[in-house]
Amino acid sequence: MGMPSLPRGLAAGAARGAGRLSQRLGRGGGTTLPGLLLNLLRPESTAEMARSIPGGVILLSGTNGKTTTARLVRAVLDASGTKVAANTAGANLERGVATALLNADGAEVALFEVDEAALPALTAQTRPRAVTLMNLFRDQLDRYGELEHLAHRWREAVSALDPSAVLIYNADDPVVTEVASGHPNTLSYGLEDPRVGRDRLPHAADATECRRCTAPLRYDMVTIAHLGRWSCPACGWTRPVPDVRAIRVDLHGLDGQRLAIATPRGPIELSLRLPGMHNSYNAIAATATASAFALAPESIGPALAKREAAFGRAERTHIGAVRVTTLLAKNPAGANENIRTMLLEDRPLHLLALLNDRTADGRDVSWIWDVDYELLLDGDRLASLTVGGDRAYDMALRFRYAGFDPERLSIIPSVPEALDAALRAGSAVGDIYVLPTYTALLELQAELASRGLAPSFWEDR
Amino acid sequence: MTTGPLSMRLCHLYPDHLNIYADRGNIAVCQRRLEWRGLSLEVVEVGLGDPIPADCHLYYLGGGQDRDQALVAEDLERKADPLRQAAEDGAVVLGVCGGYQLLGRGYAGSDGRRLPGIGLLDVETTAGAGRLVGDVVLDATLSGQTRTVVGYENHAGRTHLGPGCTPLGRLRRGHGNNGEDGCEGAVAGHSVGTYMHGPLLPKNPWLADTLLGWALAHAGHTERLAPLDDQLEKSAHAAAAARAGKKR
Ligand SMILES: [Zn+2]
Repeated sequence: MGMPSLPRGLAAGAARGAGRLSQRLGRGGGTTLPGLLLNLLRPESTAEMARSIPGGVILLSGTNGKTTTARLVRAVLDASGTKVAANTAGANLERGVATALLNADGAEVALFEVDEAALPALTAQTRPRAVTLMNLFRDQLDRYGELEHLAHRWREAVSALDPSAVLIYNADDPVVTEVASGHPNTLSYGLEDPRVGRDRLPHAADATECRRCTAPLRYDMVTIAHLGRWSCPACGWTRPVPDVRAIRVDLHGLDGQRLAIATPRGPIELSLRLPGMHNSYNAIAATATASAFALAPESIGPALAKREAAFGRAERTHIGAVRVTTLLAKNPAGANENIRTMLLEDRPLHLLALLNDRTADGRDVSWIWDVDYELLLDGDRLASLTVGGDRAYDMALRFRYAGFDPERLSIIPSVPEALDAALRAGSAVGDIYVLPTYTALLELQAELASRGLAPSFWEDR
Repeated sequence: MTTGPLSMRLCHLYPDHLNIYADRGNIAVCQRRLEWRGLSLEVVEVGLGDPIPADCHLYYLGGGQDRDQALVAEDLERKADPLRQAAEDGAVVLGVCGGYQLLGRGYAGSDGRRLPGIGLLDVETTAGAGRLVGDVVLDATLSGQTRTVVGYENHAGRTHLGPGCTPLGRLRRGHGNNGEDGCEGAVAGHSVGTYMHGPLLPKNPWLADTLLGWALAHAGHTERLAPLDDQLEKSAHAAAAARAGKKR
């Protein structure tokens, strides 16, 4: 770009003005536009603004769970009276972070969830005081490329970290563990309760070979996709004993769970309103991140207990007499966890699966064939199925080839109409479950808002 | 061997390593479309170090990450003779994406390294600058019939065909073999290679049944495959074709 960089105050003023204008025109909440403009007018802005946050910047990244985990860390920081600047759900590219920094007046700490591919650039720009690396799963291959490619970029980001920065990482993920292995200052976390593990790897688990010698890894316990208690029988490379570890995990269906966590600063008991093992990971990631900031263990439990699910992540709404549970399903690992979580419920399931193929979803819908929807058909748990979205017929085919009777399937591409059909089907039991992709979730949320049922997306904090 | 309904055998090569583009969808389609016609399919999974059986009617190779494909290439080269023999005898061999490249003569990587192929298809692949990604629509020709086939491609390799094979089809949309000559895939006898996933077979029932028909004939079955109700398949095919290349 040949454009000269604008002075700091002028650039910030122009960017803020654009955001206000966009909001007034009803074009959304301006969660990314000001930052996009700011990065054009003055590319060094993010670095400058990050430097001015006295308590430093925390970055969280991973394929799944970053929105929920950022909310949990935020809850602990809020409870401690720390003034936090944060990006809103989904605004997790460079422009979203720049927008959040632009609105960070008076913040003591900045906490950002960061897109996996944006992590290297944002690490370089914000010089974070702590980085939390959660997981790498197969996701949107058309957008992110192979998992190996992201792992390589993360490795570069880690090597560029300040040696004093704390690197918090998921020891159950061998890819992430290997990425973190070069850094001097780390805090690892993992899940240790053998009762919640499974004994074999699910279909489409990536990265199940040793990162050091390529021999197949041995798993004493598998939790999600390729996460678990792993070791290499050939070269001896082994999952480190995590510094922060969940030693007891009691899952209570969709209502939540209880966790007993050991940390270097003492034990923590957590009672969460968030369901499923993926949220066990989010909670220990948040606990580890908070404990890296020397927050007292006894303050963490009460702060996390209050948090409800993030936007669309096991979020519950009522439409008339029907309870609607929304479980964002955007990649195989996440969708599989949603299915396992739904199956914890002891009743017939009425399901609405919404499949879009827009840029933010990934245009390639192949991934639905890597999801174990077959689990829903075992024991005839699926009472009704409605499919919707731009690629409703692809989802219908997926279930046809899983063995679901097409006669019992409703195919309605329009999201509002599909929602109504699912509500009718689920009215007998008073419960439906919605599995939307990301942009389908936005459509669903807009539809609920138009019915006066939910806040607009950009109001989500 | 029992004397029940005719049992077909499919050899799924390297399911643990070559599965990146939901390849199991293609296997599921073979399985179900035979079952719905009262036939059964036995799937034999062959991994690194396992021998390849010579008596299967259909062989399938999917796509993998670069690192996995390199592991597989060396292993496959060592043990491909039964596969070559089966192909020569008329068995169906389908390679998708990385599997297509492995069926060719070889792959010259951007690092200068050459991965061997098994030469069932007279094609040569070279790593290109940038990936060819997006929707694909083509007019595919098999057994003298031409039909529209839809899919999605995501590959760095540029594949060029030699005189020993013909393209699977002419592109209406997408990059295909190399982004230059308007062709996609390669066919020689009953060996087919393509960059199209999506997965390939669910939305293209004509293609699936053509391959299954060949496999059935190779198994000694003389009757033709009974038609199925493909309403859903056709709708999904139409939806994919309509959205191909659209801004979204
Ligand atoms: Zn090893």
